[in-house]
Amino acid sequence: MSSEAIIRLQNIERLFQVGDQQVHALNDVTLDIARGDYLSLMGPSGSGKSTLLNIIGLLDRPDKGHYLLEGKETTLYSDNEQARLRREHIGFVFQFFHLIPRLTAAQNIELPLVLAGIPPEQRAPRVEYILKSFGIADRAHHRPDQLSGGQRQRVAIGRAMVSEPKVLLADEPTGNLDRASGHEVIALLEEVNTKGITLILVTHDPELGQRARRQLHMVDGRIVSDHAGVS
Amino acid sequence: MSIKDHLLFALQALRGASLRTFLMLIAMAIGVASVIILTSLGEGARRYVVGQFSSLGTNLLIILPGRNETTGGAPPLLSETPRDLTIDDAMSLLRNRYVRYVAPINVGSSAISYGGLERDAVIMGATASLLPVRHLKLAQGQFLPEMDAERTAPVCVIGAKIRDELFGAKRALGEWVRIGDRRFRVIGILVAEGESMGTNTDELVVIPVASAEQLFNTATLFRILVEIKSREDIPAAQQEVIDTLRKRHDGEEDVTVITQDAILSTFDRILTALTFTVGGIGAISLLVAGILVMNVMLVAVTQRTGEIGLLKAVGATSGQVLSLFLIEAILLSLLGGLVGLLLGAFGAWLIHQLYPVLPTMPPLWAVLAALLVAIVTGLIFGALPARRAARLDPVQSLSRR
Repeated sequence: MSSEAIIRLQNIERLFQVGDQQVHALNDVTLDIARGDYLSLMGPSGSGKSTLLNIIGLLDRPDKGHYLLEGKETTLYSDNEQARLRREHIGFVFQFFHLIPRLTAAQNIELPLVLAGIPPEQRAPRVEYILKSFGIADRAHHRPDQLSGGQRQRVAIGRAMVSEPKVLLADEPTGNLDRASGHEVIALLEEVNTKGITLILVTHDPELGQRARRQLHMVDGRIVSDHAGVS
Repeated sequence: MSIKDHLLFALQALRGASLRTFLMLIAMAIGVASVIILTSLGEGARRYVVGQFSSLGTNLLIILPGRNETTGGAPPLLSETPRDLTIDDAMSLLRNRYVRYVAPINVGSSAISYGGLERDAVIMGATASLLPVRHLKLAQGQFLPEMDAERTAPVCVIGAKIRDELFGAKRALGEWVRIGDRRFRVIGILVAEGESMGTNTDELVVIPVASAEQLFNTATLFRILVEIKSREDIPAAQQEVIDTLRKRHDGEEDVTVITQDAILSTFDRILTALTFTVGGIGAISLLVAGILVMNVMLVAVTQRTGEIGLLKAVGATSGQVLSLFLIEAILLSLLGGLVGLLLGAFGAWLIHQLYPVLPTMPPLWAVLAALLVAIVTGLIFGALPARRAARLDPVQSLSRR
């Protein structure tokens, strides 16, 4: 199993300075995640699950320990190299969508390709494909404020998937949605996962978390339980 | 990420905050427009003065009696009674090979009357050469005849205003007027031109220089205007004129020769300095606009913290974020600069319509400088906000809504 691990965390520590106190957001976390796995991260707020997600997403650096993404030691990489890894390997979905309000749905989805310097004629068909497969083709030229919450999150997932990443990180993706659209979004994420993309889901909601094949619970910066799901 | 994509992104960002963009454009436009209008005014003043000098005639030497150089011990400085500057002196200069025209001038004030009407006028004694030297134009009749400058003749050429006042609608050519205690026949009328270097030709009466000497009972000239054949010869001609006159005046250098060029270039320097000064004052408003650009961009960075975090999350490097915000600031300044350019050109045009004598054209260097300064302002004052954006921590930026 370890040779197939797309993500390998070894003795990760992350410290935050809060006032004059040092807080261990992550305390000696060691974790292997297999390619194509479906993993849920649960735990009370402040347990470090978002910090762990940010470290996996290369948005944050651990203070100690090693992080191997596809077998490469990322902690030695420069900021720019990490940005490139993020662009090529990782997709993010956030609770508050983080769509750019002045851009249309299609333009929001296109953004990672623009940043990657892909020429417009190659971008168009990929955006088109994403819009179709996520069922938002008829909303392509709407701005985020003209979309429902569920549609916004679809656009956000589309944006995460357009650069064909291998890992999809979702931080409370349903936290800002009603139940129905929340379920739609989860179904969409799970569909993405069936295509072999590693899905890591941070959630408060035990019901959602229990859908994952592998379920982790965190308390005070440590992983306290790690067990397989029912499916 | 291509430049076109950069520009597109920045344009969308500017459109996304249209009020902010609009206010910024106004600030930058006012800055650029003020530089352009002020330098146009300065340049206009310079051109006006240069134009006035050229209307006086080009390549001119002006010879005045009396010297303004100190020789021997002081005193006397200027008080030595100079020898008269005579018509003979003037005519002797014609032998100078650089000289094209010599116009001896005598000036006095006298009453001129026709019928029952009388008024005072500036009477200028001159020769036929005055016409080409001073670039005078005739509306009617002819100028003073070509003749020996020592000869008197009872003829005069009058300015347009004198004719209007003395003759009204009546025919003036061929009529006899009384100037002082002599009678002169009107043989020409000057074109109405208005003010030119302080003398108003409209109120001028020109009579032969020998007649003027008799009229005013004087043997010395007011000055001699000498037109030199070409501009390059002016220094040599000036020296030769001084030498000739010194010889004629028993080795005494008792005349002053001013080149028009020297006067002109002095005015030119003064007015160019003035243009730079007012341009500099205008540049202060550009500076203020620059600080506004910075302020607005800082606000934009704060407002768009989440967006910056997101850009980084989807793989933008710090460098890309930096250049996105820099390009936005430069674009803003450049657009403002262009609007200011139009505004400034319009302002200069408006001033020209109100004061047609002032040729207000924004000088090219000012236009280019204003645009360049606008761009550089955007770059300098956009740099700090853009750096702040680039350095934002993505995790913290994203945690804000």
